Amino acid sequence: MTKLSKKFFALLLVGIMVFALAGCGNPAKETTKETDEGKEELIVVGYAQVGAESDWRTANTVSFQSTFVEENGYKLIFDDAQQKQENQIKAIRNFIQQEVDYIVLAPVVETGWETVLGEAKEAGIPVILSDRMIDVSDDSLYVAWVGGNFVKEGNDAVEWLDGYLKELGRENETINIVTLQGTIGSSAQVGRTQGVEEKLSEHPNWVMLDKQTGEFTQSKGQEVMESFLKSYDDIDVVIAENDNMAFGAIDAIKAAGKVPGKDIIIIGFDAVKAAFEAMIAGDLNCSVECNPLHGPRVAEIIQKLEKGEKVEKIQYVDEGVFPADTAADIIDSRLY
Amino acid sequence: MMKVKQVLKRVTKHSLFFPLTCLAIVLIINLIKTPTFFRISLNNGVLYGYMMDILNRSSELIILAVGMTLVVAGSGGTDISVGAVSSVAGAVTIFALVGSMSSDTYRMPYGLAVLLGVLAGMVCGAFNGFLVAKLRIQPMVATLILFTAGRGIAQVITQGFILYVRKEQFKYLGNFIPGVPIPTPIFIATIVVVITVLILKKTALGLYIQAVGINSKAARLVGLNSTLFTFLVYTFSGLCAGIAGMIITSRVYSIDANNAGLNIELDAILAVAIGGNSLSGGKFSIAGSIIGAITIQALTTSLYAMKVTADQLPVYKAIVVIIIVMIQSTELKRMVKSLHHKFLCSRERRWAK
Repeated sequence: MTKLSKKFFALLLVGIMVFALAGCGNPAKETTKETDEGKEELIVVGYAQVGAESDWRTANTVSFQSTFVEENGYKLIFDDAQQKQENQIKAIRNFIQQEVDYIVLAPVVETGWETVLGEAKEAGIPVILSDRMIDVSDDSLYVAWVGGNFVKEGNDAVEWLDGYLKELGRENETINIVTLQGTIGSSAQVGRTQGVEEKLSEHPNWVMLDKQTGEFTQSKGQEVMESFLKSYDDIDVVIAENDNMAFGAIDAIKAAGKVPGKDIIIIGFDAVKAAFEAMIAGDLNCSVECNPLHGPRVAEIIQKLEKGEKVEKIQYVDEGVFPADTAADIIDSRLY
Repeated sequence: MMKVKQVLKRVTKHSLFFPLTCLAIVLIINLIKTPTFFRISLNNGVLYGYMMDILNRSSELIILAVGMTLVVAGSGGTDISVGAVSSVAGAVTIFALVGSMSSDTYRMPYGLAVLLGVLAGMVCGAFNGFLVAKLRIQPMVATLILFTAGRGIAQVITQGFILYVRKEQFKYLGNFIPGVPIPTPIFIATIVVVITVLILKKTALGLYIQAVGINSKAARLVGLNSTLFTFLVYTFSGLCAGIAGMIITSRVYSIDANNAGLNIELDAILAVAIGGNSLSGGKFSIAGSIIGAITIQALTTSLYAMKVTADQLPVYKAIVVIIIVMIQSTELKRMVKSLHHKFLCSRERRWAK
């Protein structure tokens, strides 16, 4: 090959790659162009999602994608931030540039939102928060927050455990508990840990042996549980602050030669479909729901705002507690 | 007396002395804080204990560190895409097996899917190699492309879902094969290390890579195709990332494109550095990198065993890593020496007065 043709070949390769990246990286942009004609009637909503770190998150994404469709009069621009705040800030700035009508944000972390939400406010775009709360001095930066009540979920988990132990006749025994915490500092972790601890103090015979973060992932949950099982011989209860970590804990407990669900009671949060499968298999004892179907509620808020009505700032979605014995009846009705 | 001193000097001057000391310190602190740390028992037909956890969990890091060592040695740069590449490899394998839905039946033979995944890793590595060797893009920048785009590619393959393979057989690679008391990842890591070392020692490849890493122009002048060697080390790193991806996905029998192998590239680079390898290329020690990888995992596992709370975990890790890296700094050693020398001189002067 001559030098020139070599250079040309290299250029061509880079060109192909850039096109390939643009193609897979931003499908949302293309669709914007296609539907430009119909833009007048459609309400454009930009959703800055955290990522796809768990089944719960995926269900949340699907809820938005199925609610904000063109038939309902919406156009959704979806952005997956891959669990990075800087990606979300970038996404919000993009939304502002594209002049969307509403921005929905599921923040990765609680802090550091003042500047970019200020920009959205200046542009006159209402921001609705989904799932996690933010920590800002000026609460006019967002019009509403939709999500679960994490503290209540924590309370519910302990209450269920109390009832279950009474059923087993173990209410007067010493109960050793370990907790697999979520990503430290996230609203779900802070709320659930607080909720569990509030109720725990009412039971003097319950001992919290250890708490450690499993970062909401199955592999970390497994690794931490492996370590717990070696440090403590007599663990009675595992509280995993999401179902995925509970799955990791189940594997670790099996590997240690114990029977999950019998030797060790396992409680998960979120109540994803896979958790129901684990409950039917007898591995998981209970999962406290954290309803990810925020889409309809957010749509409700947007409709109210469109009519110029006032909306409530804090809106909790309905959540339930699902013990293992009800799992088989419920699983088919679960959407996620 | 003189002889003891000489032996001591020889030992401390050995390139593996500091990496081994670091590992030993981490383990000894454990022995004091957690007396049961070294106990290994046979539980449920498998070996069970903290030490097994460390070896098991450090397997994928060892594999990545082997690839990273050669990249560092041969190009004086680092491959920061390995975590994302292992996620791509895992996504390819699982997609090949079950398609875009979690399932308990395979669409194609298991072996073929694993081969495809590892091959995907190699292709990614070859892409990096092409950018660095042929287009002469700085390694950090070249591998940054897949570092950011890799997880995107994996997301596209999995369509943003966590895909599960609900089949017992799929778990063998990352956990235990029934009847074998040692975790499978340890075997895979051992095989990768042995084959790599054999190739490097039995052929002149190790020497060539070193020569290219020290001075690629000089290497070319003596007749070595330095472009080819640079390309090869990146492809090999991609291969290692592919193999690591197989273990990572098998451990949790699922692919989570965002979290599979997250931040592991940093641990791999750190492992190479703790192993006493110069990050500017040239001489390298695979053994050092392996010790480095085990040290990093030993640190994590022992912090769990010592019941360090989750919010303090990163602080302790940072402190230990700073100390380990400082101990190995030749500049610091020289400073300490010159300080010591100054101190001796001033004492002599005082005596002279």
